[in-house]
Amino acid sequence: MEMEFTDQNFEQEVLRSDVPVLVDFWAPWCGPCQMMGPIVEELAREMGDKAKVGKLNVDENGEISSKFGIMSIPAIKIFKDGEVVKEFVGVQSKENLKKELEALA
Amino acid sequence: MYDLIIIGAGPAGLGASIYASRYKLNHVVIGGEIGGQVVEAWEIENYAGIESISGKDLMEKFVKQTKDLGGNIIVGNVNKILKEGEFFSIATEDGKKYEARAVLLALGMKARKMNIPGEDKFLGKGISYCATCDAMFFRGKDVAVIGGGDAAATAAIHLAEFANSVQLLYKDGTKTFEPAWDEQMAKMGKIASSTFTNISGIEGDEKVEGLEYELDGKKKELSVQGVFIEIGSTPGVVIAKELGVSTDEQGYIAVDQTQATNVDNVYAAGDATTGSNKFRQIITAVAEGAVAAGSVYKKIKLNTNKK
Repeated sequence: MEMEFTDQNFEQEVLRSDVPVLVDFWAPWCGPCQMMGPIVEELAREMGDKAKVGKLNVDENGEISSKFGIMSIPAIKIFKDGEVVKEFVGVQSKENLKKELEALA
Repeated sequence: MYDLIIIGAGPAGLGASIYASRYKLNHVVIGGEIGGQVVEAWEIENYAGIESISGKDLMEKFVKQTKDLGGNIIVGNVNKILKEGEFFSIATEDGKKYEARAVLLALGMKARKMNIPGEDKFLGKGISYCATCDAMFFRGKDVAVIGGGDAAATAAIHLAEFANSVQLLYKDGTKTFEPAWDEQMAKMGKIASSTFTNISGIEGDEKVEGLEYELDGKKKELSVQGVFIEIGSTPGVVIAKELGVSTDEQGYIAVDQTQATNVDNVYAAGDATTGSNKFRQIITAVAEGAVAAGSVYKKIKLNTNKK
């Protein structure tokens, strides 16, 4: 299932995760981010336990957003062992993200 | 087997679906980016019947109306269309296949890049192609907007609500935006504009720190933390060309007054076509979608309108 990441749970759920984590940084005012919504949902379902997939609302979670220098959304970052290993800016296709995650899982 | 598969879920594709539903055409819309480029527009004030609305809200209305009328929207990127005898086989990136008697290409446009030094390096680090998405990150900062069309003007206006200053830069002779935006920009105060002959590059270490450009042989430098590129777009027509669809020399899909292409039972609508005098407005995209759906109905169901 798709997860909701926040300033509070980011350390636990993302940085200390045993599996790769894909974080979709988004905001409610951003049109292209809405396009990513259904893509991320499906990706979460298809990845199952192999990876965590979720969203982080930059408007409500300023601390994490500025820590990772978000200046353009939608921004997608894939984390492994607490580090950013892959990042994308703009709308991405589900297939492309799935390929990246599967290569890490 | 569908009567019609509409590829693209922007105003042309959804507009076509609305008409296709009312014509009782068994159809589906497949699109990678629901709402299309319009979702990036901050303010739309020229769509008849709606005084002022954001692109995102307008496209939510399009999607709702499409679905309420029975239209099915599939999120996916089509990567192949094959003509197989009397019908078309359409494959998406996730390996799914769909079949239809007719195809409507509502492929829209892709944002055009400047291809200047620093543009790729600083993507997401000060370079942006979507002012509505990213304006908030530039609160109190100095930014530049490059482009002379309506998208550039509205981007500058939206940015002025957050940024300390906005410099609008456009190439001499490329200022095409509606004069109504000039008035609004003057009212906001913070927006200055200038022409340029060439943009030499984007400067910075980790993030954007400045922009170098030339004007009448003189080098100029702007200290900015953000550069918003709004220089228009190019038609996204790769899958159409593979199908044998003709385009004009600029890459727009050639259509006749029924929105038909040169390939039998393949229609095209919206910004990626040569239709509507290439006006590329939401209202013309919707209209072309409607015309195309009507043409498909006549051709497939009434068996008239033969070429």
